[in-house]
Amino acid sequence: MDSESIYSYLELRGLSRRDFLKFCAASAATLGLCSSGAVKIAEALENKQRPSVVWIHLSECTGDSESLLRATKPAISEILLDVVSLDYHETLMAPSGFAAEKSLDDIIRNKKGKYIAVYEGAVPEKDGGVYCCIAGKSASAIVKEVAAGAALNIAVGNCACFGGIAAASPNPTGCVGVGDVIGSRVVNIAGCPMNCENFTATVVHYLTFGSLPELDGAGRPLFAFGKLIHNNCERRPHFDAGQFVGQWGDAGHRQGWCLYEMGCKGPMAFQNCPTVKWNGGTSWPVQAGHPCIACATPSNWDAAYPFYKRMPQVPGAGLMANADKIGLGVAAIATAGIAAHAVGRFIERKRNSKEKGEDIKNGPDSN
Amino acid sequence: MARIVIDPLTRIEGHLRIEAQIEGGRITDAWASGAMWRGIETILKGRDPRDAWTFVSRICGVCTTVHSIASVRAVEDALKITIPPNARIIRDLIMGLQMVHDHVIHFYHLHGLDWIDVVSALKADPGKTAALASSLSDWPNNNSVGFFKSIQDKLKTFVAGGQLGIFANGYWGHSQYKLPPEANLMATAHYLDALDWQRDIIRAHALLGAKNPHPQTFLVGGMSIPVDPNSQNGLNAGSIALLNDAAKKCLDFVSRVYVPDLLAVASYYKDWAGYGGFNNFLACGEHADSSGKNAFFPAGIIRDKDLSRVYPVDQMKIAEYINNSWYSYSGGDSAGRHPWSGETTPNYTGPKPPYEYLDIDKKYSWVKTPRYEDLPMEVGPLARLLVAYASGHRQVKEEVDKALRKLGVGPEALFSTLGRTAARGIETLLVAQKLGDWIGELAANMKNGDLRIADTEKWDPLTWPKEARGVGFHDAPRGALAHYIVIKDGKIENYQAVVPTTWNAGPRDPKGQRSPFEQALIGAPVADPRQPIEIQRIIHSFDPCMACAIHIFDVEKKESYKVEMQ
Repeated sequence: MDSESIYSYLELRGLSRRDFLKFCAASAATLGLCSSGAVKIAEALENKQRPSVVWIHLSECTGDSESLLRATKPAISEILLDVVSLDYHETLMAPSGFAAEKSLDDIIRNKKGKYIAVYEGAVPEKDGGVYCCIAGKSASAIVKEVAAGAALNIAVGNCACFGGIAAASPNPTGCVGVGDVIGSRVVNIAGCPMNCENFTATVVHYLTFGSLPELDGAGRPLFAFGKLIHNNCERRPHFDAGQFVGQWGDAGHRQGWCLYEMGCKGPMAFQNCPTVKWNGGTSWPVQAGHPCIACATPSNWDAAYPFYKRMPQVPGAGLMANADKIGLGVAAIATAGIAAHAVGRFIERKRNSKEKGEDIKNGPDSN
Repeated sequence: MARIVIDPLTRIEGHLRIEAQIEGGRITDAWASGAMWRGIETILKGRDPRDAWTFVSRICGVCTTVHSIASVRAVEDALKITIPPNARIIRDLIMGLQMVHDHVIHFYHLHGLDWIDVVSALKADPGKTAALASSLSDWPNNNSVGFFKSIQDKLKTFVAGGQLGIFANGYWGHSQYKLPPEANLMATAHYLDALDWQRDIIRAHALLGAKNPHPQTFLVGGMSIPVDPNSQNGLNAGSIALLNDAAKKCLDFVSRVYVPDLLAVASYYKDWAGYGGFNNFLACGEHADSSGKNAFFPAGIIRDKDLSRVYPVDQMKIAEYINNSWYSYSGGDSAGRHPWSGETTPNYTGPKPPYEYLDIDKKYSWVKTPRYEDLPMEVGPLARLLVAYASGHRQVKEEVDKALRKLGVGPEALFSTLGRTAARGIETLLVAQKLGDWIGELAANMKNGDLRIADTEKWDPLTWPKEARGVGFHDAPRGALAHYIVIKDGKIENYQAVVPTTWNAGPRDPKGQRSPFEQALIGAPVADPRQPIEIQRIIHSFDPCMACAIHIFDVEKKESYKVEMQ
């Protein structure tokens, strides 16, 4: 075992072997790996140094940084002190001004090709980038500089992934996602905000296997964004049985019936909310009685909007699975789900292209 | 004479730049500039008012929930909707938890390192640290030599590993750090404790609102979390137990860790009662009962530090200026506008990036300049407590007087950096004490069979008047917040947010009056311009939130194009 490895470090910090293995198992579970995955993670962390991470804030609300603070697997105090070396993060770092700039310069210069770059927020490209400047530099220039030397670029939250809310119509500042700026592969931990468990699991995957997890057409890891919320939803049996909430606080709402009629966008949303949930597995929007707003979907602020209007139909290649056709067989629904995923990915790839607005207008789900 | 630039000013939300002029070791002038603009209010134009809260909640992920609250209140005001008691109580709980959570994170993780020298903690004697800590509070680990030793060992490993992470390049060893090593070790240990604590207690937000950040549970007319003691799909007796547990953990940590640490740290920095103050204060009131009256935090205005008189708030007297902000007004840039008739068109005239200095003789910020009767106002915890104190609020008076006695200073000390930081701790304690009351109210309603969570009579836009306008106030953790909405034909015609950090961080107005950030810096000492820790202290004491501060309302009728769903 490497004496400077993450594990030896954790040991020095007083973490027990048992706690360490528990963390590895939890990471494996988020990644959808079997128990041998946990062993691999443990082996890798026993032999790896803490990677340097720089976290860049762009046109954003700091919600993804707050999400980082809510991390449970591992806990934020462990992430900060044990798992990674968070060398630049404007919300948490001690220095300001010149001293803060030095922290970033030190990493870019001395750890070229070795650091992980994380981006939070969109990049406003309009008018020469005047809509977001840090230390007098435009967000766009900073992203290009940081990304050039990074071993891995991770966009957290829908703004950094796809432009997010700032890019919602009419996109006043010309915001785009980080991938559009640097033109190379970015891992997109989508969501508004991102669910931190998906971020830490991606970092652990990278440290363990030395590679990225498999990504979908929108750059999102399949372990977290591979399945439709609608198909994993705890309220799915109510959808199949035709039991729908009709009004806020009615008997169906109190009994956890399906929120489709209230505008739920679960049928177009890919994320692992129903299984991983939020805040240490406490809840997620549908569980708490509110429709999904497809927050991990590119352009969700236009494509999934209005949020309280029901979708005209559950997207599917010819298979109508809307609420009016209740009692559809489970197998047929599953097929519709698979087709929906394919269609969804197609739509999302199109939405990622430059002519966002036009594509949405012509998207298959825009009736 | 030197002009120094601090950009990025870290440990805040968002992008803030301070330029300050220093003569003879003191700040003689200062300029605060917000460096990001997204235009969320422009994006809202033409959309469904019921959806507005989901958009505006994304103004800020640190003050998550606050814009959602102000937004649904604005629409409810416009449509004359009264929310049922359960919705009012659940909102009180969400707001209260937000304040407790936000203020503790601010004290330890955002403001703390201005006062606490983490590296000095390495020199502490763990035995003496335990003696100090246990003399302040009976918090379980405070009397444990082993606990403080283990924290110190962790820090040593961290430093010895050479990867200092977020602590790299801090101003460690600066002459203005005054805490003895033992107090630094104690506070650093609690910095780490608070990280774990905040993650735990905010699960109550997920219970009430699906997730945090950005809870997804608000509705125009109420809340979307069902209340039903006989269902596993809503708030039931089990939820009440979990909420009580979170409330107990909140009060425990605040009363036994945060407030004792705050007073202990403050006792070494009493000179900071002499810097960073402001004159005028505005609070919009919060936590009214179901009839909309008897707010726990009263609304009011204090002028010229005069605590003998509290003026009522009339929101029609608010105006926003843009003479120094990168926008233009159709009728000229020198007149102020009330938010309902306000307008803003972005008009960037600053230097082309990359730049070294702003041109401070011209417009220099994306933040607007709000004024009340043409006067600048400080908003936030200090404004709230001063208004309550001057209004004779019993609990506030007791707690404020207790803190002043402990520090051996008079009420005049409140008008300062120290006063602002202390006020934040005191109101956190008061709100942590209230959490249990609200949970009790919710449980009593459930017991009485009141399961209503929303007034849905006006849910359908067909029931709305052709035109309506409303305002929603929320005295949020960072201060008075107001959202203004104009609805026409079921859609958003105008939307405007007047935000706490806009009040505090705005550039100069046409009369040349400075807003609180800039004014508070004047006269403060700067021992080492290369490590301007004093500027961090003053600005952090306001708890800036720049993403909130910068917003726009666009009067141009732009065709916004969206996917229509049937």
